[in-house]
Amino acid sequence: MSEQETPLLSIRDLVVDFPNQKGAVRAVDQVNLDLWEGETLAIVGESGSGKSTTAHAIINLLPGAGRVSGGSIRFDGRELVGASSTELEAIRGKQIGFVPQDPMSNLNPVWSIGFQVEEAIHANNPKLSKTEVRAEAIAVLEKAGLADAGDRMRQFPHQFSGGMRQRVLIGIGLSANPKLLIADEPTSALDVTVQRTILDHLAKLTKASKTSVILITHDLGLAAERAEKIVVMYRGKVVEAGPSLEVLRNPKHPYTQKLVAARNAKPRTIHAGEQVAVRLANVSKVYSIKGSAFKSTPFTAVNDVSFEIKRGTTLALVGESGSGKSTVAKMLLGLEKPTSGSISVDGQDIANLKPGELFNLRSRMQPVFQDPYGSLDPLQNIANTIAEPLVTHKVGTRKEREARVRELLDQVSLPWAISSRYPSELSGGQRQRVAIARALALKPELVVLDEAVSALDVLVQAQILELLAQLQDELNLTYLFITHDLAVVQMIADQVAVMNKGQIVEFGPTADIFNSPQQDYTRNLLDAIPGAKLLR
Amino acid sequence: MANRDEHYVAPLAETGMAEIDAVRISEKPTNLYLDAWRDLRTRPMFYIAGVLILLVSMMALFPGLFTQTPPNDNCLLANSNAGPTDGHILGFTRQGCDVFSRIVHGTSTSLSVGLIVTVLTLVMGVFFGSLAGFYGKWVDAVLSRMGDIFFAIPYILAAVVIMSVFSAYRNVWVISAAIGIFAWPSTARVLRGEILRVKQADYVMASTAIGVSRFRILIRHVLPNAIAPVIAVTTISLAAAIVAEATLSFLGVGLPTATMSWGNDISQAQADLRTAPQVLIWPSLALSITALAFIMMGEAVRDALDPKARAQR
Repeated sequence: MSEQETPLLSIRDLVVDFPNQKGAVRAVDQVNLDLWEGETLAIVGESGSGKSTTAHAIINLLPGAGRVSGGSIRFDGRELVGASSTELEAIRGKQIGFVPQDPMSNLNPVWSIGFQVEEAIHANNPKLSKTEVRAEAIAVLEKAGLADAGDRMRQFPHQFSGGMRQRVLIGIGLSANPKLLIADEPTSALDVTVQRTILDHLAKLTKASKTSVILITHDLGLAAERAEKIVVMYRGKVVEAGPSLEVLRNPKHPYTQKLVAARNAKPRTIHAGEQVAVRLANVSKVYSIKGSAFKSTPFTAVNDVSFEIKRGTTLALVGESGSGKSTVAKMLLGLEKPTSGSISVDGQDIANLKPGELFNLRSRMQPVFQDPYGSLDPLQNIANTIAEPLVTHKVGTRKEREARVRELLDQVSLPWAISSRYPSELSGGQRQRVAIARALALKPELVVLDEAVSALDVLVQAQILELLAQLQDELNLTYLFITHDLAVVQMIADQVAVMNKGQIVEFGPTADIFNSPQQDYTRNLLDAIPGAKLLR
Repeated sequence: MANRDEHYVAPLAETGMAEIDAVRISEKPTNLYLDAWRDLRTRPMFYIAGVLILLVSMMALFPGLFTQTPPNDNCLLANSNAGPTDGHILGFTRQGCDVFSRIVHGTSTSLSVGLIVTVLTLVMGVFFGSLAGFYGKWVDAVLSRMGDIFFAIPYILAAVVIMSVFSAYRNVWVISAAIGIFAWPSTARVLRGEILRVKQADYVMASTAIGVSRFRILIRHVLPNAIAPVIAVTTISLAAAIVAEATLSFLGVGLPTATMSWGNDISQAQADLRTAPQVLIWPSLALSITALAFIMMGEAVRDALDPKARAQR
């Protein structure tokens, strides 16, 4: 940090509006922030808080009809609000780099990686010759941490993993040695261990070149760990700002306090069940992957997995993407058949059930899926959605079913008035409540929660977890809780099974796993939780 | 913020905490089709097309409301190809019949063919398209190849052949069947593609896990979510069917000359094109406007049903 008179970037009273037919939605309201050279600043907030909009306003990349309707943005002595598009083009890329959120969709799938990097370099420095551009592109990719960059230049985005794509995007963002890099949720689509290496690398690069960074994230822990300064946004306004540790340890605004509290939730009191509700014994699942025309290669998604869940308790199945945890859930739900091994629910083997018996068993175990936007039929109203299991299993008369829907909505704390609504009108958290109500309609014993809170904002997530814990106590439910997010595991799980590459690498009570992990893989996962050490 | 390390806290009065995830129930209920309906009612194109379609439908159902002149009787050869006179605003055909009356009475033929073809393509297209898309595997392979065979034959050509073979039984039903049998594969293709997309949705898996039968999932969850593009395509293809009937009649393999239809009128008027062009122009105009009305309606419906197109307005 150099001691300068003026900050590199200074935003004053910034207002961004999105006009619509009814007037305008104010997305950013009177935002102030300062960023000095070489400093990293994190903007933290839930979805819709205006954190991305603020960052996009800096380089005038507001989506749709959005426009800056007040305030000033001074960057390196120049005013950016009202600057012409030629002036902005001279700044974008060259002085301010941008790393977008989703590595999966931000690289053009029809062009090779090399072409896209070269394009960025050429745009920022049109004088370079073709060979110079190519040499520069290789250098950029190598700097971004891509081994044998020269060979990989000819490959296409689909041949790269998410982490590698994000490295490419970071490389493009930093290719012109900008003074400021804006990283919009650069790692939220990636696994925690990948996230850590990417962010470590980003920090190393920006530190070496004294680049300032604006890091946009929904994760307070990550912000505190990676940035010197935090700006907390809520509903378009800055509610709290200051040095990271100070904000984290001594939050003053109620919103920040709630955010910190949600991350610091105390581990739950362990439930110990008696009866075995679910038993998996040596379960494996092998898929055959289509290769060339008539060949297929076997792929083992789940390899020799065994565990038990006692009635009334929660088992958290933890693992990174591709670890096979969702496949285990699908097999348990009877949506996929295991290749070998046996799965029994209440002592009944579900592998060899007749269709009629499977139908009856379905009423006793129910899933709640990850994506609250995809798991409800958009053309069915809420009452019909929740009543579907009752109709399917021919439970009760019309009147009785309506009464049951009322009772279920009440259990998940939703008003009866939403029963005639359609899913598109509800927020993510409310949809997830509806999905939980539907899962509970038939009074199941086992609920499989597949990443059920991963897509929700932190505070909503805490609310849903609380609801789940409360329902478990009331109804003596058994949960299989599948997640990649170790931070929520402590709040809900009695036991944890850590999966890696189709196998369970560690299994035990939650406290043991968190306090004395036995395996390197588990330790690695725990260390990668952003801000883990800061918060505890 | 003069001091770099100041810990700023917003005044509480301005930034109070709202209830987390509160339910808004003041707004109107909405879903894809309700939204589309509300959106349609703001589109001028919908009203223009709607009025035209209404007018044409009235003509088809109650021709008596529009003209009292009989289309075929009392035709005087003395009036052959004569211009407009009092009570005969569009003049006379070669046979001395009233052009306006013939257009009005010919409407029902054109619309019936359009409707029957549309129902036929919709039934066949939805049946084959949904089976192929939803059940996949060999069902898909067989049905899709079957569709491809029909798709590969230009349907006008095929209809010409069929109509020639069934020349003894030419009526509205036969001509509709001849057009419809070769028009369904495009409907089926559109629907199959949509179903392949929709059946991957989590709510389909959720219903499967509840124990809902495959067929009921198809009817209740998959079809309603996949049918929107088909509705738009179908409205446009109705116009194509009307034009196809006129084409076949014009070529002399459509409806028998005794049946009143725009295609027949155009066909009969072509001999006098140079001397009395109006006799050909009026039924052609009726045909074009009707086709245009359905195409415009289809476009409006398609845009209204597409949330992306809606957002761009």
